[in-house]
Amino acid sequence: MEAVLSRSVQIFTPTCTHVRGMATLKDIRIRLKSVTNIQKITKSMKMVSAAKYARAERELRPARPYGKGTQSFYDRAEVTQDDSKPNHLIVSMTSDRGLCGGIHSNVVKAVKAEIAEKKVGVNFKIICIGDKTKLVLQRLYNQNMFYSFNNVGKTPPTFADASFIAKTIMESGYKYDFGTMYFNVFKSVVSYNTTAQPIFSEESVATAEKLTLYDSIDEDVLKSYNEFALASLIYYGLKEGACSEQSSRMTAMEGASKNAGEMIDKLQMTYNRTRQAVITRELIEIISGAAAL
Amino acid sequence: MSVLRHLTRTNGLLAKVTREISKRSYADMSFTFSSPGNAYYQNANVKQVDVPSLSGSFGILPEHVPSLAVLKPGVVTVFEEDGAVKKYFVSGGNITINDDSSVQVLAEEAHPVDRLDAQAIRDGLAKSQQELNSATTDIQKAEAQISFECYEALSKALE
Repeated sequence: MEAVLSRSVQIFTPTCTHVRGMATLKDIRIRLKSVTNIQKITKSMKMVSAAKYARAERELRPARPYGKGTQSFYDRAEVTQDDSKPNHLIVSMTSDRGLCGGIHSNVVKAVKAEIAEKKVGVNFKIICIGDKTKLVLQRLYNQNMFYSFNNVGKTPPTFADASFIAKTIMESGYKYDFGTMYFNVFKSVVSYNTTAQPIFSEESVATAEKLTLYDSIDEDVLKSYNEFALASLIYYGLKEGACSEQSSRMTAMEGASKNAGEMIDKLQMTYNRTRQAVITRELIEIISGAAAL
Repeated sequence: MSVLRHLTRTNGLLAKVTREISKRSYADMSFTFSSPGNAYYQNANVKQVDVPSLSGSFGILPEHVPSLAVLKPGVVTVFEEDGAVKKYFVSGGNITINDDSSVQVLAEEAHPVDRLDAQAIRDGLAKSQQELNSATTDIQKAEAQISFECYEALSKALE
C-alpha cells in the first residue's frame, strides 16, 4: 500500500477531483492504453472502408450511364416541373451507417433548406432511404414522413434495391407534381457534391414541351419508360451515395487514426515525464533520509 | 388578312422545323449500352443497333427519329464501326433515342450471348412452363408468363 502511494505524484490531490495534467501514473497508463485501442479500431475501420471503397468505385462506373442516360433524355426533351403545384415529394438518400464525416448531415441539410423554402399550402412528403436521414427528419417533420427504407449501406446497393424503392413510390398512389432526390455525388476520394436531382412524374414527362418530337410514344410506353427511368435514377443515386460514403469514411478514419496517434505521443511524453519525476523524488527521499542519519 | 396570318404562321413553323433538322445533322451515333454490372458501350460510335422492344424489334441507325421504347427480353445486336457484330441478351429496360443522335440502351440485365448456358435455359424453360400451368391467381399467372417469355427468348437467342 505504501509503495502504491509513494508512486503518486500529487499526494495531496483528493482522488475525487481529477485535475487534468496532474494525473497519476496509473491514470495516464489507462488512458494511453484506451487511446491505443481506439487507434487500432479506427485503423482497421480505415482498411475495411478502403477495400469497400475500391469495390464501390469499380461498381460506380457502369452505374453512371444509368443516371446520365436518364438525365440526358430529361434534358433533351426539356421536361420541367412546376414548384407552385401543391404536391411535392422529397427523397433523401443516405445510409444506416455513421462515422463517415458530414456526408449524411449534408443531405439532411439540403433537404431542410428545400423545405424551408417551400411556399405556404404546399403539401410535401418525405421518403427516407437509410436510418441516418430518418432519425433527423422524423423528429422535425413527423407529419410528412411517407416511407423509410433501412438496411442500406451494409452491402453494395443492387438494381433490385432500386427497383423495390421505385416500385414502392409508384404503388404508393401519391401523385406528386414536384419531386426531388437528394444524394451525394462522388467526385474524388476527398470530395463529394450534395446534389438535388429532379424526379419527374409521368404527367410532367407527358406534358413536356419537346416530347412531341419523339416518335411512337403511347401511354403504355411512357408509363413503363418512366418507371424504369425512376428505378435507374434511384440506382444511380444509391451507387453514387455508397461510393462517396465509403470514401468519406476512409478519410474520416484516417483523420481519426492520425489524431489518436498525436494523442498517444503526447500521453507517452507525459507518462515518461511523470515516471521520471516519481523516480527523482524517490531518490531525493532516500538521499535526504540517508543524510539525516 | 387571314391568309397573311396563316402564311406567317406556317412560315414560323417551317423555320422551326428546319432548325430542328439542321440541329441534328450529326453523322455519328453516340451509343451507350449498359447493365448494372457492366458498361458495354459509352458514347461509342457504332453503325447500327437492333433492339427488341415491346412494340416490336427495330434497328437504330445514326439520325434515327427521336423515340422512346421499352426493352423486352431478347437480343440486342450491335454492328460496330469496324464491321464486328456483337450480340447481347437483355431482360428488360429502356431505349432512348434523343434528337442529338445519342442512343441509350439501359438494361436491367445484359450479357453477351456466348455466355449463356444452354442446359440451364432448357431446365428453366421447363420449370417456368410448369409454373405457368399450375398458376392459379392472376398475379402468379402474370409472373409465370413473364419468366416463361424470358426463357423462350433466351432459348431463341441461342438458336
